Amino acid sequence: MSKIGLFSLQLLVAVVFFGLWHLLTTVPIGGKPLLPPFFFSNPVDVASQIVAWFASGVIWKHLAITLLESVLAFAIGSFGGIMVGFWFARQPRIAAVFDPYVKMINALPRVVLAPIFTLWLGLGIWSKVALGVTLVFFIVFFNVYQGVKETSATLIDNARMLGMSERQQLRHVYWPSALSWMFSSLHTAVGFAVVGAVVGEYLGSAAGLGYLIQQAEGTFDVAGVFAGMIVLSAFVILIDLAVTLVERRLLVWRPVAVGQG
Amino acid sequence: MQAQAAALSAVALDHATVAFGLAGQSVYTAVEKATLGVADGEFVAIVGPTGCGKSTLLNVAAGLLKPASGAVRIFDAPLTGLNHQAGYLFQADALFPWKTALDNVALGLEIQGVARAEALERAQAWLTSVGLASFGNRYPHMMSGGQRKRVGMAQVLIRNPRILLMDEPFGPLDAQTRQIMGNLLLELWSRDRKAVLFVTHDLEEAIALADRVVIMSAGPASRIIGDWKVPLPRPRDIFEVRLQPEFHALHREIWTVLKDEVMKGYAQSAGTGGGI
Repeated sequence: MSKIGLFSLQLLVAVVFFGLWHLLTTVPIGGKPLLPPFFFSNPVDVASQIVAWFASGVIWKHLAITLLESVLAFAIGSFGGIMVGFWFARQPRIAAVFDPYVKMINALPRVVLAPIFTLWLGLGIWSKVALGVTLVFFIVFFNVYQGVKETSATLIDNARMLGMSERQQLRHVYWPSALSWMFSSLHTAVGFAVVGAVVGEYLGSAAGLGYLIQQAEGTFDVAGVFAGMIVLSAFVILIDLAVTLVERRLLVWRPVAVGQG
Repeated sequence: MQAQAAALSAVALDHATVAFGLAGQSVYTAVEKATLGVADGEFVAIVGPTGCGKSTLLNVAAGLLKPASGAVRIFDAPLTGLNHQAGYLFQADALFPWKTALDNVALGLEIQGVARAEALERAQAWLTSVGLASFGNRYPHMMSGGQRKRVGMAQVLIRNPRILLMDEPFGPLDAQTRQIMGNLLLELWSRDRKAVLFVTHDLEEAIALADRVVIMSAGPASRIIGDWKVPLPRPRDIFEVRLQPEFHALHREIWTVLKDEVMKGYAQSAGTGGGI
C-alpha cells in the first residue's frame, strides 16, 4: 500500500468515527438522539472546548506540568533501572537475594501506592513523579538486567582475547548491550511515565491534564472529559514521535527490520 | 615432528585433557591427552569430524579453557590465564555491532592505550589491507558475512599477535568467498609468518592453507590420530593448488584415515550407537 493510500484510509477511520458520534448524539431518531448528549456530548462541543482551552492559553500550564512530571519520572526511573539492572546482572548472588521482593513489588498494582505517595510527598508534582518512577523503573530494570545477562558469549570472549580489562569490558561490551535493550523498551517506558503522571494527577492534584479531566468529571462536564482525553492522546503521540527520533539517532548501528517502523 | 626441534615452539600442548562436568556426577571428556606443537611461523590446521573437540583444543591454547590435566606452554612459558600473545578469530560473528568497522578495528589498539587519532589511522590502513578501504563507516549489519570476516581479521591482526588462533573462521561463508578469504589469509600471513592454529572440518581447505595437517578422532575423548606435512610449495594460490597431483595424493592419504572418524562421528551424533 502506498503511503498516501494508507494515510487516507487512516484518516477515513477518524472521519467515520467522529461522523457517527455526531450523528448519534445530535440527529433525533424517533423523537430523540440515540445517545443522550448529557452522557456522550458531541464532537462540536468537544472541539470548541479544546479551542477554548488553547485560545485562553489555560491548557499550556497543565500540559507543562504533565510534561515535567513525565520527564522527571522517566529520567529518574530509567536511571535507577539501569543502575540496579546492571548491578544485579553482574552480581548474581545479590539478584538471587532480592529476587522475590522485586517480583512482589512488581506484581503490586501501582495505583494503590498513589495515596501513600500523596501522604509522603504532598499534592505537588513529586507524588506524581514517584508514581511514574515505580512504573518506569521496573520496565527498564528488567530489560537492562536481561540485556546484560544475555550479552553474547562470543563478544565477551572476543573482548577478553583483545585484551580488555574488566572495566573496558563494561564500557565497550556490557554497557552498549544493556543500552540497546533499554532502548527497545523505550516506547513502553515513556508511555508509562505519562500514565504515572496523569493517574497521579487524577487522584489528587491542583494542575495537569489528569487534574483537568478530573475537574470536568466532577461537574458532569462530559465535553470537558472527552476534550481532556483527546489533548492527552495528541500529547502522548507527540512524545512518542520525539522518542522515535531519539531512537533513530542513537541506534543507527541496529538493523532495521523490513516492514517495521 | 623433527622439524620443530630446531624452530622455537609457539604453542605446545602436552598431554592436555579437557573435561566438562555434566549435570549430576558424570564428567564428559572432550579431548584426551592431546600433544601438539606449533613452531613459530608454522601454519597448522586441525581437522576432525563434527563435535570432536577441535574448538576445545583451540580454547585451551587461547587460555579461555583450562585443561583438567596436562600442560600448555606458549613460547616455552607455561600458560596462566589468558594467552595474551594470541589473536583469536571466532567462528561466530564477534564484531561489536554498535561500533563501525573502523572503530571495531581500532578498538584493539585503543584499549592498549594508543591515542585515538593514531589508532584510527592504523585501523584505516588495516581496512585497506583487507580490501575494505571505503567501508570504515559501516556498521557490521550493513556488511556481508565475508566483509565482516575481513573486518574481524583486521581487528585481530592490528594488535600484531605472535600467534593466530582461528576457529572455522570461514565456516559460515559460501564456497567462493571461502576461497577468496583463504587467499587473503595466506597473503597477510606471508608478510610476517605468525604461528597459526587453524581449526576446520574441511580437509581441502586445511591442505591448501597449512604446513601441517593434524587429524583428530571422533569424540568423546578425542585424540590426535595423525599428523601430515604438506609438501606443497609457497606462495600458494588456493584455486591453483587444488589442481596439483601432490594435493590429490595427500588428500587421498589423509581421507582414508579421516573417513572412518567422520563415520563414527555421524553414528554417535545420530544417537543410535552404530548402524549407518
